Amino acid sequence: MKLQDIRTTESTHGVLMQNKFSNSLVTALIAAALLAACGKEAPQPAPKAAAPAAPQALTVKIGSASPLTGPQAHIGVDIRNGVQLAIDDANAANIEIGGKKVKFEIVAEDDEANPTKATTVAQKLADAKVAAVVGHFNSGASIPASKIYSDAGIPQISPSSTNPKYTQQGFKTTFRVVAHDDQQGPTLARFASGTLKVKSVAVIDDNTAYGQGLADAFENTIKSLGAKIVAREHTTDKDTDFKAILTRIKGKNPDLIMFGGIDPQAAPMVKQIKELGIKAKYIGGDGMQTPNFIKLAGDASEGAMASIPGLPKEQMPGGKAFLEKYKAKFNQDVELFAPMGYDAVMVFIDAMKRAGSADPAKFLPELGKTSYQGVIGPIAFDDKGDLKDGPITIYVVKSGQWEPLETVKPDAAAQK
Amino acid sequence: MTGFPAELFSSLSTRNVLLRRITWFVVLALLLAAPFLIEAVLGRSWVRITDVAMLFIMLALGLNIVVGFAGLLDLGYIAFFAVGAYCYALLASPQFGLHWPFLALLPLGAGVAAIFGILLGAPTLRLRGDYLAIVTLGFGEIIRVLLNNLNRPVNITNGPQGITLIDPLQLGSFSLAKTHSVLGLSFTPVHSYYYVFLACAVLSLLISLRLESSRIGRAWIAIREDELAASAMGINTRNMKLLAFAMGATFGGVAGGLFASFQGFVSPESFHLIDSIMVLCMVVLGGMGNVAGVIIGAILLTVLPEALRYIGPLQQRWLGEVVVDPADLRMLLFGLALVLMMLLRPSGLIPARRRAIPRPNPKTAEATDAAG
Amino acid sequence: MEIFAQQLVNGLVLGSIYALVALGYTMVYGILGLINFAHGDITMVGALVALTAVQLLAAAGLPAPVVLLLAGAVAIIVCATLGVTIERTAYRPLRRAPRLAPLITAIGVSILLQYTAALIWGKQYIAMPEIIKPERITLLGAQLTTLQAAIFVLACAIMAGLLWFIHSSRMGRAMRATEQNPEIAGLMGVNINTVIAFTFVLGSAIGAVAGLMVVLYYGLGHYFMGFMLGLKAFTAAVLGGIGNVAGAMLGGLLLGVIESLASGYIGDLTGGVLGSNYRDIFAFLVLVLVLVLKPSGLMGQHSGDRA
Repeated sequence: MKLQDIRTTESTHGVLMQNKFSNSLVTALIAAALLAACGKEAPQPAPKAAAPAAPQALTVKIGSASPLTGPQAHIGVDIRNGVQLAIDDANAANIEIGGKKVKFEIVAEDDEANPTKATTVAQKLADAKVAAVVGHFNSGASIPASKIYSDAGIPQISPSSTNPKYTQQGFKTTFRVVAHDDQQGPTLARFASGTLKVKSVAVIDDNTAYGQGLADAFENTIKSLGAKIVAREHTTDKDTDFKAILTRIKGKNPDLIMFGGIDPQAAPMVKQIKELGIKAKYIGGDGMQTPNFIKLAGDASEGAMASIPGLPKEQMPGGKAFLEKYKAKFNQDVELFAPMGYDAVMVFIDAMKRAGSADPAKFLPELGKTSYQGVIGPIAFDDKGDLKDGPITIYVVKSGQWEPLETVKPDAAAQK
Repeated sequence: MTGFPAELFSSLSTRNVLLRRITWFVVLALLLAAPFLIEAVLGRSWVRITDVAMLFIMLALGLNIVVGFAGLLDLGYIAFFAVGAYCYALLASPQFGLHWPFLALLPLGAGVAAIFGILLGAPTLRLRGDYLAIVTLGFGEIIRVLLNNLNRPVNITNGPQGITLIDPLQLGSFSLAKTHSVLGLSFTPVHSYYYVFLACAVLSLLISLRLESSRIGRAWIAIREDELAASAMGINTRNMKLLAFAMGATFGGVAGGLFASFQGFVSPESFHLIDSIMVLCMVVLGGMGNVAGVIIGAILLTVLPEALRYIGPLQQRWLGEVVVDPADLRMLLFGLALVLMMLLRPSGLIPARRRAIPRPNPKTAEATDAAG
Repeated sequence: MEIFAQQLVNGLVLGSIYALVALGYTMVYGILGLINFAHGDITMVGALVALTAVQLLAAAGLPAPVVLLLAGAVAIIVCATLGVTIERTAYRPLRRAPRLAPLITAIGVSILLQYTAALIWGKQYIAMPEIIKPERITLLGAQLTTLQAAIFVLACAIMAGLLWFIHSSRMGRAMRATEQNPEIAGLMGVNINTVIAFTFVLGSAIGAVAGLMVVLYYGLGHYFMGFMLGLKAFTAAVLGGIGNVAGAMLGGLLLGVIESLASGYIGDLTGGVLGSNYRDIFAFLVLVLVLVLKPSGLMGQHSGDRA
């Protein structure tokens, strides 16, 4: 065996011809993969040709960009489902735009929540000449992608990105239908201080742009309202064990624990709070206000509170119906941002109807003038593309259900 | 003359210098025309994918120095990419209000990355193969966590929100972020950046080849094959290893700076462990130590996941409906491709020339022999 | 002092889960010299299989202990089969291949497992039915649930059992022999392929138990949960000296405690400048320190290059 090791293969041709069979097989595989890429361009025009026979029919493609694989896939798939549901509803409603019957189509792409893949996906959607894009999920993806959509003149509504910079880049095409942290955080803080009358607070965030932004905004406001921050802790969006930081918090004895993050972390967290015998109340943002939170946390979820922008779903014409429609079609509960995805599509369609055209150049100006009643509540945009302050509702878990507790109207002083 | 070009073309008759010159010219013409050809056939998104592939070629060549030449298993290589990117981002964006020129920033990024390479290498000199792997992995994670958290008490990196509005490559008023019209051709940013990346990739390639056939390269290979013997032959293994880390890191640093200027935005999300692992896959799959193989590995693993996106519509055409979520199918096929490629070509697509017959893992080889 | 005791308890329970998963990594490495990147995902499969089993059995109305035992058994069988199959199809052909080839294959297998799980179970987080209601007990001022105590005790029992098995049984001796010198072991009549297969079976089975513990303890399962868990467990195995079974146990427990204490005390130690967000950095720095002082891990024995 030792001798074999020393012999070398220093022949110029030898290396490439080492094993003729596997060589040609591998070459074939690579060639096939690359050919597949070339060949796949063909199907793109095909769907257009397969449009309905009606001579006046118009096919409008709506892009959906979100993570469909990877650790955030459950959120990304949910967004895509919301978009799909909206498109199905729109098609069933036989909408006409500019006198023509319209058939809507979804072009869904996976950005893996990765900034680089997001730009590739954005370019793909731009090349596919979509009329509008619902995406992306995380700000890290939405921000680099927005430049590409802006260059192509394609309006983009993000259902979930909360980094303030997303709409501050000077592009005319960036919009979002989610309240950003400076809207939700202070409202939560005012509720905690005014209604719950807490004096000492512990704040935890999940070290993501969303969670940390929300927690920071909350912390700043509640400090200015006189409460004391006894602990500021951090975890990650992949952790499930929070006993260490919760034990530290337990030692500081706060009235309230606020968590900036999403339900897969919030649920085990609240369970562990109960297990450690911590008596503080638990509150979070819209990332936590999901049916899945209650399912994952079980009995421990009782008494937890969370805010969500919009009026209570019971008061919304489309709210409860949306949840039921979603469950019927996809056989699972809404995860988080599906309603935003749904409303984003509807907002696009609304703007198209008002402009009488599905051409982005024509309906983009109409987007800024949107005043639409969505599943998530009243939707209107300010001059940067952010959601104009709407009402925010605080919910509490009672007997295994989210019940609305208090609705806070937009505070004039907080309006920017 | 040894080296990759000669090897590839030595099959052509050396007497036929004209044929060789023509081949060179054709290759050059193809490379220069590539963005426009690709756009015409496949669409602009594939030009962007080509740009990203160029960056990964640089990364793979850099990791090849560490893993392929010197045999040091590095599972945290993306950290150098991150360091280069943030170096550029911090000094050419609104974050600190600084706007240094790229001609200064790219070398600076390379230098800072090299320093980090030495910082990583120093405590690992005594570590054996797989222990080195976990330490380098830890290093990669440390860098990412630092980038994610250096926003309090003093805001340096802006944490998870990342840094936006990074300056593109520009000289005076000539910016690569604008579309330029030359001779009737439209040079959009993705086209312009292609040429910059191509130049840097070629430079990386040339440096790799020179290193490989230099004394340093031979020292690395000696260390890779048998460190004890190398040391006995008078090679300063400590310095050589540190040099390998540093040199490999510089490639990552430059690529990082280019990446930051290209995307206009950096956040810790681009620098996860999985990205380090992907670069390692490119190097191993291509053929560790073989520069040509590594380049092919980089192109293949960048292009393959993108090509597999088309499986969705294909399912629609063949089966009439979407049976398996195309995103899942894409990942499944990718995983399968990795497994199959290693089963078929365990030494990589183009194994290193100067390596002995792939040295088997001593444990498993004995096991196989014993099992009979 | 109560806080410290609590952090210690937290850390030991977390650490016992790390230790169990680390065992899989270390045993395979000891015998094959291979870092089985797919092991974390095998644990994930065990966790999700156990979860589904519990959902079905609980719905059938069986009592909790029976449900858990059956779910555990099903998970063990599935994971053991999975582990052996992977070894046979993906790793065995590469035994004579360069060292890094099976590493890449393992990564490919890991991806395959994740997305097959996504196809079967979907991508949402799945809730574990609450079939047991653990009581709270107090130990030296620390709050503990009976479930936590059970996890720790069971993990220790498994570890002790494994150590006994390796030292006293025939197969255990065969495993040790194979690890030290496969050629001679073969000459002494040990069937190497069987030993290797058995190692995978054992590692995967223990991983399955760890998976069941995770879903019981944290109450949820997700197709991507194996990644982080696997990473931490691998770190623990290296910390203890990879290839050494007792080292993996020690490494796991130690890592759990380090993480717990780091999260709990970094803030206090640095006066608030650094917080619990530096926990992972701290853990890795401890690892580097240990390896600098003792390059083959806490209990590792191989110090020189293996020729």
